[in-house]
Amino acid sequence: MKEFWLGKLNSHALPHEWFTILGSISFIMLGLTVIALLTYTKRWKWLWNEWLTSVDPKKIGIMYFIVGGFMLLRGGLDAIMIWLQQSLSSGASHGYLSAEHFQQVFTAHGNIMVFFVAMGLIFGLINYIVPLQIGARDLASPFMNTLGFWLYVAGVVMVNMFFLFGGEYAATGWLAVAPLSGKAFSPGVGVDYWIWSLQISGVGTTLGAINFIMTILKMRAKGMTLLKMPLFTWGSLCSMIMAVSVFPLLTMTLFLVFFDRYFGTHFFTTDAGGNAMMYTNLIWMWGHPEVYILMLPSFGVFSEIVSTFSHKPIAYYKSNVLGMIGVSTLALSVWLHHFFTMGASAEVNSAFGVATMIIAIPTTVLVFSWIATMYKGRIRFTTPMLWFLGFIGIFALGGISGVLLAIPPVDFQLHNSLFLVAHFHSTVIGGVLFGIFAGLNYWFPKIAGFRLNERIGRYAVWCWIIGFFVAFTPLYVLGLMGATRRLDHYDASKGWQPFYIMAFVGGLIIAAGVALQIVQIIASFIQRKRLRDTTGDPWDGRTLEWATASPPPSYNFAVIPQVSTRDAYFEMKQLHTPKHAYEDIHMPKNTASGIYISIFAFLAGFGFVWEINWLAVVSIIGIIVCLITRTFNEDSEYTIPAEVVKKMEKAQAAKVRTEHGSNSDDEADMGLIEFVKTVLAWALGMALSIVRKKR
Amino acid sequence: MTHHVETHEEAANDRVMFGFWVYLMTDLLMFAILFAVYAVLHGNTMGGPAGRDLFKPELALAETLILLTSSFTAGIGMIAARRGIKRQVLVWFGITFLLGLAFLGIELFEFAEFIHEGHTMTVNAFLSSFFVLVGTHGLHITSGLLWLAILLAFITKRGLTKANVRKLALLSLFWHFLDIVWIFIFTVVYLRAFV
Repeated sequence: MKEFWLGKLNSHALPHEWFTILGSISFIMLGLTVIALLTYTKRWKWLWNEWLTSVDPKKIGIMYFIVGGFMLLRGGLDAIMIWLQQSLSSGASHGYLSAEHFQQVFTAHGNIMVFFVAMGLIFGLINYIVPLQIGARDLASPFMNTLGFWLYVAGVVMVNMFFLFGGEYAATGWLAVAPLSGKAFSPGVGVDYWIWSLQISGVGTTLGAINFIMTILKMRAKGMTLLKMPLFTWGSLCSMIMAVSVFPLLTMTLFLVFFDRYFGTHFFTTDAGGNAMMYTNLIWMWGHPEVYILMLPSFGVFSEIVSTFSHKPIAYYKSNVLGMIGVSTLALSVWLHHFFTMGASAEVNSAFGVATMIIAIPTTVLVFSWIATMYKGRIRFTTPMLWFLGFIGIFALGGISGVLLAIPPVDFQLHNSLFLVAHFHSTVIGGVLFGIFAGLNYWFPKIAGFRLNERIGRYAVWCWIIGFFVAFTPLYVLGLMGATRRLDHYDASKGWQPFYIMAFVGGLIIAAGVALQIVQIIASFIQRKRLRDTTGDPWDGRTLEWATASPPPSYNFAVIPQVSTRDAYFEMKQLHTPKHAYEDIHMPKNTASGIYISIFAFLAGFGFVWEINWLAVVSIIGIIVCLITRTFNEDSEYTIPAEVVKKMEKAQAAKVRTEHGSNSDDEADMGLIEFVKTVLAWALGMALSIVRKKR
Repeated sequence: MTHHVETHEEAANDRVMFGFWVYLMTDLLMFAILFAVYAVLHGNTMGGPAGRDLFKPELALAETLILLTSSFTAGIGMIAARRGIKRQVLVWFGITFLLGLAFLGIELFEFAEFIHEGHTMTVNAFLSSFFVLVGTHGLHITSGLLWLAILLAFITKRGLTKANVRKLALLSLFWHFLDIVWIFIFTVVYLRAFV
């Protein structure tokens, strides 16, 4: 009976290791603080109505940033834990983590960084910026967008469940290779948590991708032909098309692993005719394109930034577009280079090796397009531009080591070594993370209404760049010395320890960079009045997102702009095109269906993890019922009358007139010392006022 | 050149249709994986009976004919829907529903027989891949039937509104799609077993 209600759940599952207890306590404290704060300020209703149930892509974008940002800290903590263990655990010392825990930590690090940091932040940027860039008021399917976001959140919770609630995480590496991920070798719930966190968020990604393809292809402003689209939108389009081409593969593969574990089928098992190598193929057919899915929007971000800050239209626009299309097509045909050593024939290996090397060509086209844009431009070295320059250096390093690894004989030497780890961190940190940071710095004034502090921003960039090289150069060297990845302990006689310690120090420098980024946001918030962007166009931008107010009204554009050239807004500024008459605007209504469906999806996953069958069945029925009610609800839109739009626009124009002039000189941005002083003064003031009140 | 001004609603219709096509392609990719898996694993019977010994070709043929006919009736139903003849829509899609139910019945009968004889999906890789490929299609048919039943109920209640006709169009697209997938299953799984 107990087994029926609780499945495999019992009190042993609760957190009992020091780091899981620490994790669950810190999360509970954080949760309680947030709840207390919301209750104290009576913000629950506001939170629900204005944010959680919102279908506005701008608000959903911001929510993606918040969740993704937290996950960056969470995944970063894992990274520091890995580095610390490896710098301690040499010879007689075995570090502070057991082998099992160490494996769980690096698995979680990989999953969180790829799925919940990179994917989350990229989706945040696409949500916020793409509709603005193409002159749309909302997305093709606003409901699918909130559903996608909440499924992502359900995945985030699921991946953290092992310490929030109990159990363990997968100890298999981020792709859970078979047969290790099978029931025979991983009997615990770790792999099940892995399956369901990826499955739920992966479905959300597919929905999001379908939605953005519809939006970009069907909802562009009049006159914006495909070859007049801004490059960030192009990058996003390529990325989303890749996502719909490979995420179904992930979904199905995960289902097959799930069937193996739950129903006892034999797809990837070692017995009864299962084929574990097929798993490696299937998962990498998704896994390799996945990194390009993350990278293409980021390429687009760089194109926008380089063009704006060089004060020139992008050079070789068509080649740039072709480069992105080339990368996204070729990326689908190289997956086998992840397992040259698995024993395919030399011919097959060479074919995939060559295909991999060919990808360098369209990528290089992109890099040359950016460099040519800078050539003879009036370059402003703002923070986004610095992130871009850092990216060029680090990404080139990653690209070159990648071409090296694409040669099968070399790969046989370096397979599974730290050289590989250093390689993909070069591409992903340089190519994806720097792109996201650059984009956030660039579009922050649009999102928040004030720009970010430039001085502290620069410190953060330099910490990241220096930290990166200090942390990953030793990994390249270690890889060449023969250190394999994922080692929780190594022999002292190897002489590797100094390199591991250096990598750990690099990790600390990167951590300082992250801390500075947080300081940057707080410092900018303190100085928000001075940094306010009243014009909506703080950087002298070229694309449509700068044509509307910062932050934009819920309907983005009162009058949908007419586009006739590539840098549509830049052209408009020169020509002063008159505005047309206002019209009624149709906007989607808020909905909580996405939240309900995601809660049921989470519960279904939870039921499957702990083999609580009734819960899984009930939750699946819940999902179906929610979907049916939603699709037959025909009252999903409301109209803003033209009169109201006119009033809102007039109010905005008046606001711009009173708060005239935006500051883009960074002389008065507060530095670190001033920041510390301000914060201390504020804290002291608070303390004093509390003391006075008590008296 | 005449310029066609799209209304808000027409544009939304157009987008939904396009989005649904993209969704169908993602679903097709999922089936592609299952077909690939079946192609790799169908020989791994570990000494047990192969497809040739298990499958009854006459059952598969009956399923195929029933599903094709159901697609045909769905097509006629769609014509009626475009013309706004509610009674005909209900009749033709009602027949589609019954045919779908018959298809599902035969499939479940086949599965039940296999399981009864001890050929379950946990026995070997061939049976795993067979059950999951054909079963996934069956699950799609089931959800299509559920969708159809609810939609018909709403059409009886609310009539052939624009929104309902659009949903009907999406559903018939889904149904034809499942038909095409079944043709591949019939060929790759059933016919190939006897070649």
